[in-house]
Parts: sequence; C-alpha cells; structure tokens
Amino acid sequence: MEMISVFLQYEFLQNAFFSGIMVGFLAPILGVFLVVRRLSLIADALSHVTLSGIAFSLLLGKHVLFFATLNPLYLGIAFSVAGALLIEQLRTVYKTYQELSIPIILSGGIGLGVVFISLADGFNTDLFNYLFGSVIAVTRSDLWTITIITVAVTALLIIFYKELFFLSFDEEQAIVSGVNKRLVHLIFIIMVALVIASSMRIVGILLVSSLMTLPVAASMRIAKGFKQMFLFAILFGQLSVIIGLISAYHLNLAPGGTIVMTAVIILLITIIIKRNR
Amino acid sequence: MVNEEENYVINIQNLSFQYGTRAVLDNINLKVKEGAFLGLVGPNGSGKSTLIKCILGLLQPTKGEIRLFNQSLSKFKQWDKIGFVSQKASSFNTGFPASVFEVVSMGLFGKVGLFRFLTKQHKEKVREAIELVGMTEYMKQNIGELSGGQQQRVFIARALVSDPQLLILDEPTVGVDIKSVNNFYAMLSQLNKKGITLLLVTHDVSGMTDHVTAVACLNKHLHFHGNTKDFEDNHRLSAFHGQEVHILAHNHEKRGQ
Repeated sequence: MEMISVFLQYEFLQNAFFSGIMVGFLAPILGVFLVVRRLSLIADALSHVTLSGIAFSLLLGKHVLFFATLNPLYLGIAFSVAGALLIEQLRTVYKTYQELSIPIILSGGIGLGVVFISLADGFNTDLFNYLFGSVIAVTRSDLWTITIITVAVTALLIIFYKELFFLSFDEEQAIVSGVNKRLVHLIFIIMVALVIASSMRIVGILLVSSLMTLPVAASMRIAKGFKQMFLFAILFGQLSVIIGLISAYHLNLAPGGTIVMTAVIILLITIIIKRNR
Repeated sequence: MVNEEENYVINIQNLSFQYGTRAVLDNINLKVKEGAFLGLVGPNGSGKSTLIKCILGLLQPTKGEIRLFNQSLSKFKQWDKIGFVSQKASSFNTGFPASVFEVVSMGLFGKVGLFRFLTKQHKEKVREAIELVGMTEYMKQNIGELSGGQQQRVFIARALVSDPQLLILDEPTVGVDIKSVNNFYAMLSQLNKKGITLLLVTHDVSGMTDHVTAVACLNKHLHFHGNTKDFEDNHRLSAFHGQEVHILAHNHEKRGQ
C-alpha cells in the first residue's frame, strides 16, 4: 500500500516503471530474432556505440549551450543507428567472416567513448547512470522518447513479422519466395539500435544485451513453437524488469544489476525444471 | 503470342557458370515441359546444386539464358508458382523453435505479401498441405523433434502449400531411410499425376528411375536427356561394367572433352 502511494507521489518512479515495462517488452521480442539468427553479440556492439554517442553529447554539453539542454539519449540513438548501418556495410566487406564486423564496431565504439569521456574530464554520476541504469535518473523526456520508439518498433514488427520469421528460419528459401533480404535486415538492425538506446536508461549500457538474450534463452528451454518463444520471453522480460526495479529501489542498488540477476535466476529455474522432467 | 513450341516450364539455353576461373557448368541446354517429372543425376561436385541455384535466381550465370514459364528470369516475379525443397541438412538449424504448422505456413508468405496477414483460408490451406504429406498428428510439434524423413515431408508440405506448378527438389532423400525414400518417391509420382511439373536432383540413381518420366545427367556438361527407357538401357549397360553412377559419369566426361 505504502509503495503505491510513494509511486503516485514521485514522478521519477513512474518514469522508471513505465519505461521499464516498455523495455521489458521490446528487448526480449527483438532478442528472439537476434538469438535465432545467431546475432546476439550485435546488441553488445551497438550498446557500446550508444555509449560513445552519449559521452559525445555530455562532452559537447560542457562547451555548447545547445547540447547542455539536449537529452544525451538523442545522440546515443543517432550513434547506435549509425553503428548498425556500419555493421551492415562491414558484413559485405568481410563476406566470409561476417561476424568480424561485430567486434570491430564494439571496440571502435568503446574506444571512441573512452576518448570522449577523458576529454570531458572523466567519470561523473551521469555517466555512471548510463553504464548501469538508474531508478531516479529517467526523465519525462526519456519516457516520451521510449514511448515513441515502442510504438514505432511494435508497428514495424507486426508488418515484417512474416518476413523476419522466414529469413531467420531459412534464408535461402525466404529469398526464393521473394522476401527482400537486404531491406528486411536493414529495418531489423535499425530497430535493434533504437531498442538498445532506449533500454540503456533502465538497465545501463553494459547490461542491455542481457535483457535481449537472457529471457530468450530461458524461453527457448520451454517454448513449443515460435509464437510461444515470444510469449515466454516477454513474460520473463517483464518479471525481470519489475522485480529488478522494485528491489533496486528498496535496496538502493543500480537497477541494471538487480534486473539482470533476476533474469539469470529465471534462466536457472527453467534449466533445472527442464532437466528434472 | 506464346508460341506452342516454346511452352516450357524451364528453358535453359547455353548456360555457363564459373566460380572464379573454375567452370562449374558449361554450355547447358535443358528444356522441361509442363507435366514432366525430370530426374537430374550426377556425381558429387558435378554442378547440380549450382544449376538449381541459377534456376532459382540465387546465382547469376556467367553466360546464357534461363526462362521460367516463358519469362526471362530477370523479369520473373511469380515465385509462388515454384516450390523448392533444398538439401535438408544444410539449410536450416535443427534447434529452431518453430512448430510444423509454422514452418509450413512460411510457404505462403511470398504469396500473401508485405503488409498482409494469413487469413482463415490460408490457415486451412496449411492444414491441407500437412494432411497431404501425412503429418497432421505432428502439427504442433517443434520441427527439430522430428526424424529426418518426417522433416522432409514437412518441407514438401511447405513447398506445396502455395499450389506451385513446378516443384524443384535438391537431394531431398539425403539422410532419409530406405523405406521412407520409397514412400517419398510414390508421393512425388502422385503429385506429378495431379499435374505438377517436377525437377528432382539426386546422386542416387536407384529407386528414382521407376518414377520419373525423363532423366538428364550432369557433370559440368549436360549429357543425356531423354525418356526413362533410353536411360535404363544405358544404365543397364553401364551397370554391366560394375559401378553404375561412376561409370556413367566417367564415360560422359571422356565424350565431353
């Protein structure tokens, strides 16, 4: 009871909670496609690129008034999408070693981020919040951005579900039946970039990819069919975010850690249950 | 406009294909009439799969022309007229969590198109296709839990669900036990009798000749193209010498050079 009145009283708690619900919905859905296409590491690469975008925005904010008032999330999103397009470009450069594009972008992203952070005169709490997530730092502007991304990505997913499903299962056959692989893949990776940038407020850059993979890994153990994969992944994603956020608030911890640990525990439970059967 | 003479489902003229400098296919000419059941045989590495990929537009031929349903391949858009079943082992990951129903419904995605969804009628078609290959009781099971033969039936159902007029099968019986193979060929014959044109690619000559209406042999060049009777005479002759497929291929190579 006390919790609800506290929740209604403080805007920052509402921001964190609603953002968390949306992120806990989107990240596992895109995660399903990432996992079955064996691209889970792309999430890591793009989150590090997002970090360099945010560091760049914080750096500019010290010198240019415009950037001091701009939400750093915007430049983070821009960097993330640019990184996604770069990965696609690199995949065509290394045709036989396509996965190389991921570590290249990952290290490039973190390297650039570190340079910006040093130039901006080192760590501060802002950056800490971006790395590990925060219950109190989510603003109304963040919430609105995440809402817009959620609506857009959900619409795109509904439109391209068939094509994504077919491409993930059997690329050759999908192309033969007329699926435009390049277009669908491009849209997909941009969606991933958007979701990573928006998840980062809640779980933090270093842990975004776990929200995309752990619920899916747990779902995979028990799902029958592809649709069930989504249902269980979303369920586990929501459980992780809600339990994680509440315990982070009460224990005064960074939510990234509590959310991911909840997801790990759920994963362990599914593994044990499946083994005992 | 369509000349009676030219009414072929597949018409390949002077087709050549090279991987780098290595010629894989050399001056191939192949015509497949509507309603035919053509068996395309050849040893491993003879370019069978390359030829199929050229027909499906997955590879660009170095030279020559391919026409499908009297249309040049570059302009051909009606891919739902063509069903394709690829070599089972190579083309999908067995752990993929998709049910039989979901896999078969993929066959309709090209036909349904972007921005549209499967309707009730589509779902009914999926059920019919699954029934046709005798997999109804496994409809809700994950594809990875089935045996090789059962998986292959599911992939046939997926190829059939869009009512194709041409069905192309690339080594469909690899990893499938003998009894299932016989049932499988019987099923193909039935489909052929219903008017579907079939192109079956295989390196396994035995068991196939009872069912197909024509046979072509491929080993870089296309060597033999005629009805089954001619092929069997030829086949018996080479079998007399010992190993059937190898001798066959060997002879061709000499003649071709």
